[in-house]
Parts: sequence; structure tokens; C-alpha cells
Amino acid sequence: MNETQQYLAHLAEMRALMERSSRFLSLSGLSGVWAGICALAGAGAVYAYLDMLPLSATDGYYYEKAIRTVKWGMDYKRAFVLIALLVLVTALAGGIFFTTRKARRQGMKVWDGSSKRMLWAIAVPLAAGGVFCLALLRWDLPALVAPSTLVFYGLALVNGSKHTLRDVEFLGLTEIALGLAGLFYLGNGLELWTTGFGLLHIVYGAWMYFKYEP
Amino acid sequence: MKDIITHLNPAFDHRNRLGIMSILVVNDWVDYNTLKELLSLTDGNLASHLKALELQDFIAVRKKFVGRKPQTTYGATAAGRAAFKAHLDTLEALLHIAREGELD
Repeated sequence: MNETQQYLAHLAEMRALMERSSRFLSLSGLSGVWAGICALAGAGAVYAYLDMLPLSATDGYYYEKAIRTVKWGMDYKRAFVLIALLVLVTALAGGIFFTTRKARRQGMKVWDGSSKRMLWAIAVPLAAGGVFCLALLRWDLPALVAPSTLVFYGLALVNGSKHTLRDVEFLGLTEIALGLAGLFYLGNGLELWTTGFGLLHIVYGAWMYFKYEP
Repeated sequence: MKDIITHLNPAFDHRNRLGIMSILVVNDWVDYNTLKELLSLTDGNLASHLKALELQDFIAVRKKFVGRKPQTTYGATAAGRAAFKAHLDTLEALLHIAREGELD
């Protein structure tokens, strides 16, 4: 069955070409691990700002305390937005670094049709979520911010996963689940945020790293 | 089995043409250099396969300027998609028969 072998080889090659041309496969698991570390540092900064420890609600919930807090010369809105932006920028910078490095090792381009499509798919729900959360702060609803960031980030990942490694979809679904749970358990919002953005990133990132980058 | 083989489209009788079609059915428009890179082909080779597929109306060609450079992009036509799908169905049927033959 020489012909059969040949057809099978053709099919395998075609499948590889379809994958390689339509999905961004250079996303590095280390990007996820780094994002998780940045998020843990950010969560630490928020706990420090509020003078609280995880899973403690001595002076009321964290969001009640936030409204009363002015520290480091900032009210809670400025502090939260500043910390969030710092986390986002450092996480992105590291993500770009590790992903560029992986692409170079694979001999693939970083900036091509597939990575542009992936970024656009992620950027739209993420930007909408960012503005949504700014509006929550505008109306003094800090309790809803942490779970909302999880929900929107999860939706962004599920959307973006169509253009990159499929594993990202599972991460997205877990983030959405955590966010939705957080909307019902507002008092644990910070802990769920730390779990979703910190621990899950590290766990999924390490798992993807060992799966794809041996 | 002979009967099925006649269904295999001769326009796809080359792995590079199958490669080109594979890329174009999952992407809207792909430029020449990306195709060249993905398939690791030489200019002459790629151009002749593209021409053959274009003559069959399986792919469409679009030329535009990006800044001052001309850029040629390619996309699969509806006819090309249908023909490619039929070709894959035939391949699948052939493999199916081959597998059953082995079992006997």
C-alpha cells in the first residue's frame, strides 16, 4: 500500500500547514508564568495598600475599607488603576520577551497574520472590560471590579484561543468561572483575583511550557 | 477503487498545490512571501503552481500597494474550496477502503 502511505503523508503535511498558517503557535508558557508572578506582586501591593492580609476581613470587606483608605498620597481609585497598569505593562513586556524568544527558536515570525489576529481577538473584549471597570470605579462600585476583570479577561482568552494554542481556552473558561463566582461572593473578590491572575497563570503557563517547549 | 481514483482532481496532483490550497482555505488572503515561507518553495516553483491553480479558477489574485511596494495576495475561490473539499473526501474514501482491505 505505497499509495496509501503517500496519501497519509500528504494529509499530515496539509494539516500541519493549516495549523501553522492560521494559528499563532509560538506563544510561550513562560509568558503565562511571568504574568502570574506580576499579578501576585500586584495583589501584594493592593493588600499592602489596604493594610490587609488575604482571607481576613477584620475591618469589613476590602472594598469597604478601600473607600475609606488614602495612602501613598493616593485614593483607592488612583492606587488600583496605577497597580493594574503596572501589572499589565510588566506582564505584557515579559510575555513579548518570552514569546519572541520561542518564535526565534522555532524559526517562525512573531509579527504575522496569525499573531495579529490573536491579539485583535484578545484586545477587543479586554478593552471593553477595561472601560467597563473604569465606569464601575466612576460610580464607586469597587466590589465589582475584581470579578469583572476576571470575567472579561476570560472572555478575551476564549476569543483569542481560536487563533493560538487551544489550551488557552481552558484557562479562559476557568477565569470566567472564577469571575462569576466572585460576583456572588464579593467579599472574596481579591482572593479570587489573586487565584485567577496569579496562581492559574503560573500553573497553566508551567503546564504549557512543559507540554510544548521540552 | 479505480472508480474512486478517477474522482481525484488532477489539478491537485501535486503536494505543493495541496499545500497552497490547505493554507488558503483556512486564511482569507495570504501574500506571496508568506506562502513561499510556509511551503519553503523557490520563486519559480511557487509561481508555476499558483498559475496552474489560478487558471482553474481555484484561487483568486489581488494586487495592491503597501506603501510603495506592490503586494500580491491570494485567496481560495468558492469553486476552489468545493474542489479541494471533494478532493479530501476522495482521499478519505480511498484511505477507508485501504484500511478495510488490510483488515481482510
